[in-house]
Amino acid sequence: MSRRSGRADRGATPKRRRTRAEARRERAALRPGTRRDQPRSGRPPSAPLLYLLRHLQAAFAAAGRARRARLHTTLTTAVVGIALALPAAFLVALENIEEVAGGWQEGAPQASLFLEREAEPQAVREHAGEVAANEGVVDVEVVTPEQALAEFRAGSEFDAALELLDTNPLPPVLVVTADRSLTPEQVVSLAESLADDGRVVRMRLDQEWVERLHAMMNLAERALWSVGVLLALAVILVIGNTIRLTIESRRHEVEILKLIGGSNGFVRRPFLYEGMAYGLLGGVLAWVLTELGRWLLAGPTEQLADAYAADFALSGLGLAGGALVVATGLVLGLLGAWTAVARHLAAIEPR
Amino acid sequence: MIHFDRVSKRYPRAGRDGLRGVSLEIAEGELVFITGHSGAGKTTLLRLIPLLERPSGGRLTVAGVDVDQLPRRRIPLLRQRIGVTFQDHRLLQDRSVFENVAMPLEIAGVPRREAARRVRAALDKVGLLAKEQVDPVTLSGGEQQRVGIARAVVNRPPVLLADEPTGNLDPELSNEIMGLFTSFQAIGTTVLIATHDLDLVERLGYRMITLEQGELRADRPAREGVG
Ligand SMILES: Nc1ncnc2c1ncn2[C@@H]1O[C@H](COP(=O)(O)OP(=O)(O)OP(=O)(O)O)[C@@H](O)[C@H]1O
Ligand SMILES: [Mg+2]
Repeated sequence: MSRRSGRADRGATPKRRRTRAEARRERAALRPGTRRDQPRSGRPPSAPLLYLLRHLQAAFAAAGRARRARLHTTLTTAVVGIALALPAAFLVALENIEEVAGGWQEGAPQASLFLEREAEPQAVREHAGEVAANEGVVDVEVVTPEQALAEFRAGSEFDAALELLDTNPLPPVLVVTADRSLTPEQVVSLAESLADDGRVVRMRLDQEWVERLHAMMNLAERALWSVGVLLALAVILVIGNTIRLTIESRRHEVEILKLIGGSNGFVRRPFLYEGMAYGLLGGVLAWVLTELGRWLLAGPTEQLADAYAADFALSGLGLAGGALVVATGLVLGLLGAWTAVARHLAAIEPR
Repeated sequence: MIHFDRVSKRYPRAGRDGLRGVSLEIAEGELVFITGHSGAGKTTLLRLIPLLERPSGGRLTVAGVDVDQLPRRRIPLLRQRIGVTFQDHRLLQDRSVFENVAMPLEIAGVPRREAARRVRAALDKVGLLAKEQVDPVTLSGGEQQRVGIARAVVNRPPVLLADEPTGNLDPELSNEIMGLFTSFQAIGTTVLIATHDLDLVERLGYRMITLEQGELRADRPAREGVG
């Protein structure tokens, strides 16, 4: 055994202190050369192009893998598609109901303006004309005291009591129908402005039906949102779990990539693309499913509309709605993949 | 280039020491053989350099950077600049030989055509050009080892670490592979090779470090006129 190794045994510190300049030179040796140092043919592309290329690379890798694991891909896509189709169909249904509800004249809000009893028929007709000129008024019907009395007589047991009166106690009435596109609040303010007139004695607003419908629609919309949020969460979880399984099955590859210098971003990218692919395919499937549903319901709807003598056809998601569903799928896929990647990829350390 | 300053490595779970207070200095462009009996700590020493393992004591400086102070996100950059061949090859079995060797270039973002050229050049050097489209499973141990060597050198790293690169090779191939490593040293690459093949080491005459139970036993400088 030489003296030299004896010293090493005691763990001697190398005597010579390294200078800063030396350290700097060494660091330079490990730094990758700049682009210009490389031969023209072997030069890596410029930074933004390189970034894009890497993403393309990752996308193709993910697509290739998805093609190989066909059953896996199909099942995940189906689950995501169905989960997205449910709120989409619900949304379409709601829009159609709103359209139908708006289409029924009976549903339009009505206000009754009771005029002074001694108003002349001519003046009442003029008044009706003024009211009809208001914005938001669709129709004005004049009910004369005589008509009112006749109607009253026909439908009540007060007949005998009415006999006792020598004059007609009923005033002329204007029945105003408001535009159905008005909100309940707008109808109220319209009716009040019409009532704010010296010739109007009393006003009665009849829009219970509309208020109920509005309340129901609001409720349905709220329900749609909560269901939508829950299903979105489900999509995130499903995709997250799928990606987790993929990471688990490719653990060896991730280890080796990290071993030879793959950065977290490099290792992560294919998994994120895989998640987005599931979301995208699921979104397209959801679109197809809603359109399919509409097509299936088109016949029965037409029969129903005919029975009510209404002119109505089911409307679908449309291009914008479809694109929204697909984009939602994409974003949810990315989020799902991210949850899996953040938790499981960082935990893999190269051996 | 690489400075070990009383570096030790303890495996806490096994309760064993891989390295004990090793001090070493390896200059840029040097070729060093690391020998020692099985379990002496050769693999441990090599694995500390690209931070596959963290030292549990002492200070390790690689290329002027104290590895303890290297931020996590910069570790991949360090690893990209250090070519490593592993005792157990560490190849991806579901990718062809070509794809395995191309991985470091893919990570570095080398354009496809240039990458293909370099992969073929590296495979040619290890004598496996004919097998580029084959899956690694169908290769012999020695062939897999050579694929690992091609992968380590394909991106022309300034530091090359080889763990028993000739363990499964016949003498003739061993000579050839060692020739490959010395040719890298000749163009300025720092090379560390762990090996049991003492005859070969003696014949080549480069610097040789001997480990014993995790400690530095001997450090024989290169023969006159070598390296
Ligand atoms: N991951 C690990 N966990 C626990 N102990 C380990 C680990 N790796 C190595 N060791 C221990 O550290 C010591 C040194 O091992 P190392 O692998 O560095 O030896 P080696 O010189 O490469 O041996 P060989 O020639 O057989 O490859 C051994 O005692 C071994 O048991
Ligand atoms: Mg070993």
